Amino acid sequence: MLVLLAIGYCASALAPLLYKRFRENFGWIAVIFPLFMFFGLLTRYPQIAAGQVIRESVPWVTSLGVNFSFFLDGLSLTFSLIITLIGAAVFLFAGAYMKSYAQTGRFYLYIGIFMTSMLGLVLSDNMLLMFVFWELTSISSFLLIGFNYHKESSRKSALQALLVTVGGGLALLSGIILLYTVTGSYEISSFYDKSEMITAHALYPAVVVLVLIGAFTKSAQFPFHFWLPNAMEAPTPVSAYLHSATMVKAGIYLIARMNHEIGGTPLWQDTILITGAVTMLFSAILAFKQTDLKRLLAYSTLSVLGTLVMLLGIGSKLAIKAFFIYLIAHSLYKGALFLVAGTLDHETGTRDVRKLGGLYKLMPVTALTAALASFSMMGVIPLIGFIGKETVYKSILELEYWGAFLIAGAVLAYALVVMVTVYVGFKPFWGSMLPTPRQPHEAPVKMLVGPGVLAIMGLLFGLFPNFFIAAMLEQSAQSILSETISLKISLWGGFNLVLFLSFLTLMLGAVFYLIREKVPGGVLRVSLPGIVRPSVWYETAINGVLSFARLQTRLVQNGYLRNYIIFFVVTTVSLVSFPLYRSAEQVTMVPDFSITFYEGALACIILVSTLLLVTSKSRLKSIVALGVLGFSIGIIFVIYGAPDLGLTTFAIETLNVVLFVLVLYKLPGFLKLSGSLNRARDAVIALCVGCMMTLTVLFASSFELSSALKQFFAETSFPDGKGRNVVNVILVDFRAIDTLGEITVLTVAALGVFALLNLRPGRRK
Amino acid sequence: MYSIILATASRYLLLLLLMFSVFLLFRGHNEPGGGFVGGLVAAAAYALYFIANGIEAARTIVRFEPIMIIAAGLCTAVASTLPSLVVGKSFMTAVWVDTGIPFVGKVGTPLLFDLGVYFLVLGITLCIIFSLAEEDRL
Repeated sequence: MLVLLAIGYCASALAPLLYKRFRENFGWIAVIFPLFMFFGLLTRYPQIAAGQVIRESVPWVTSLGVNFSFFLDGLSLTFSLIITLIGAAVFLFAGAYMKSYAQTGRFYLYIGIFMTSMLGLVLSDNMLLMFVFWELTSISSFLLIGFNYHKESSRKSALQALLVTVGGGLALLSGIILLYTVTGSYEISSFYDKSEMITAHALYPAVVVLVLIGAFTKSAQFPFHFWLPNAMEAPTPVSAYLHSATMVKAGIYLIARMNHEIGGTPLWQDTILITGAVTMLFSAILAFKQTDLKRLLAYSTLSVLGTLVMLLGIGSKLAIKAFFIYLIAHSLYKGALFLVAGTLDHETGTRDVRKLGGLYKLMPVTALTAALASFSMMGVIPLIGFIGKETVYKSILELEYWGAFLIAGAVLAYALVVMVTVYVGFKPFWGSMLPTPRQPHEAPVKMLVGPGVLAIMGLLFGLFPNFFIAAMLEQSAQSILSETISLKISLWGGFNLVLFLSFLTLMLGAVFYLIREKVPGGVLRVSLPGIVRPSVWYETAINGVLSFARLQTRLVQNGYLRNYIIFFVVTTVSLVSFPLYRSAEQVTMVPDFSITFYEGALACIILVSTLLLVTSKSRLKSIVALGVLGFSIGIIFVIYGAPDLGLTTFAIETLNVVLFVLVLYKLPGFLKLSGSLNRARDAVIALCVGCMMTLTVLFASSFELSSALKQFFAETSFPDGKGRNVVNVILVDFRAIDTLGEITVLTVAALGVFALLNLRPGRRK
Repeated sequence: MYSIILATASRYLLLLLLMFSVFLLFRGHNEPGGGFVGGLVAAAAYALYFIANGIEAARTIVRFEPIMIIAAGLCTAVASTLPSLVVGKSFMTAVWVDTGIPFVGKVGTPLLFDLGVYFLVLGITLCIIFSLAEEDRL
């Protein structure tokens, strides 16, 4: 599996190059890549269906417990097949759809990275590895939403999606780490037997909350749902692939995957049940007022995602069955419908449903595809969507307490989804022809094959559910519930309450459609007050952060060097003086007053040069005084037996003076700019620093330092480091990695100086 | 302000100081010295030359862009960490080769590392000095 992913990333990297070579026909070449993976995975189908779990592990950072460990069971195989199959449809479709874009090669690069990362996500056994893939999908989603980066709305939506999903990713990471502290492992498969231990642990609630935040942000559950409709700024193939069929299901995958391991408690079940139900209903209601094809689809996607999460929350055998069928059904019909929406956009130049109509004559194949997919989405017999809806209703009706409320909510949400379907799948094609910005005609083959295949699969899966999905359902249920489900899937359940509900849903949907057509435009523009809209919370938070950053920059980064120094120094003094004060009694104040002649003379020189430095009215004099000061300190090092330090100090002081003179040369004559109050303040600060340093030195010298290190270096310097100069051996051998870091920092600093001095605006070169 | 005495002296001093800096670099392993101070001394040598002869002359005699010297130094230092991987020891372990040449003796990656530090420090100092010296020429 590692090889498969490596191939995926390499192929993605090659995409821009290959695109340059083939251009027109690239769609056909690109489709080989997901199809290759699809069939590669399909060869494992018999093994998985027989109940095997394929494992693979390559050590990576073993000391941290991070390994390239993968496992393929029913759940991950199902997701992988969905990812690669829809990937194939999208890759082919994009070959035609993206033709007019300037950077199609780059598009394939991003979407290839996304597909590979998404596969990695569902195949990973190691949670940290999964997290890496999780973030990679967020980043590729960011790049793809912002693909039209010249549009401000694109950039904004991309950033919003990134911040929400990556913020959730951070929560997930914390959850993973907490889980590690509970279990001592990152391997998901090792949690399998430990679920009792995990749920009994004190950290359990925190784990649940953090993991669920990660899942909810990724799968756009309320109140994090707002990024998904905005993500419709992306090119349509991206919306079809990432934002309906695959990436937004990553959170659902995570919940399903962890369901047995950390689920089963009221906290877990109720949280996801309620969140899912709220998302299901809330977003379906929001869909009511949309007019844009893609936004309509996005809100219905949200509703479906909510339903899926809710089903996991119900957690009964029947609910898991419904979850599984509905998951597959949704991926198939929503992928097809999104691509149809893309075709409409591409051919007519508009995505406004009010402007589309009667296209059947011009685009018969697209119209049929749309109809087929729509029937599945509405839940019409005999498509897979019908079975999905039936099982969803059945599993809700099983519930005791919530059942009545939930079924009402589900029927309402479903009816609204039906309304959306009518708008997307039928209204553009039937009825009277409306004028569009572009003269439409039937889409090219590349744009017909993908959605067509997906729609037909919806029909086949509905007709032969047991042949296509029963085996995977059984194995996935094993992973989700740790129980075997061998419920027979049947298309026809007889005349009963559920069938009546299905019928009611369709009727209600039709009613909603008629109401929606009659409603005057003004009513649709009414929006909820900001306080109850999470997108407004997001806006407020972002603006708050920005204005806080501006305020802080104005305060701290005000561009005056003297203020920076004051901030530095005052912070240091206050941080250091507190512990000094607390351990004041440990300082032995026994200064040794036997001063030698040299020491005394040096002290005098230092004092005099310091006084000269601060009182002098001439810059040159000050700099010379500074040099004298530096050299005296160098001499102190020499006297106290640190010749290396002394040598270096001399060299540095020499260069320092040269540098100062160079700067000074440019400055205007000496001016007394600061008032006496400022000077007094500076003097106080300077004195504080002096006192602090003196006290620190006294403090440090009143302890006998542990000499184990000193001895180690002294003993091993020559035999191991092959040098008698211990300081140098430490610098270039024992602690060479520190030095390497330091010189890298120096380089960056030098580049900064270079840029500041040479690359100013107006300076040539 | 051009002084012919300083200009003439600086030519010889440049050579002497550079030799001294290299001496410091090689001596560093056993006696006070090393790449850092060596680089500083070399930079001081060029700084002296620059003060005596002006920036154009100094640039000519340095020949390379200081930024390039920095890059070369950093690359050398990083390159010195690689032989350990080739030999199969853990990253950054010192690798020594006995050349058998008199006065040179054993040569090892720490020396290479120190050489990198030497060039890096030289480059950084020259970069700052040259940038400052050319600052006013807009």
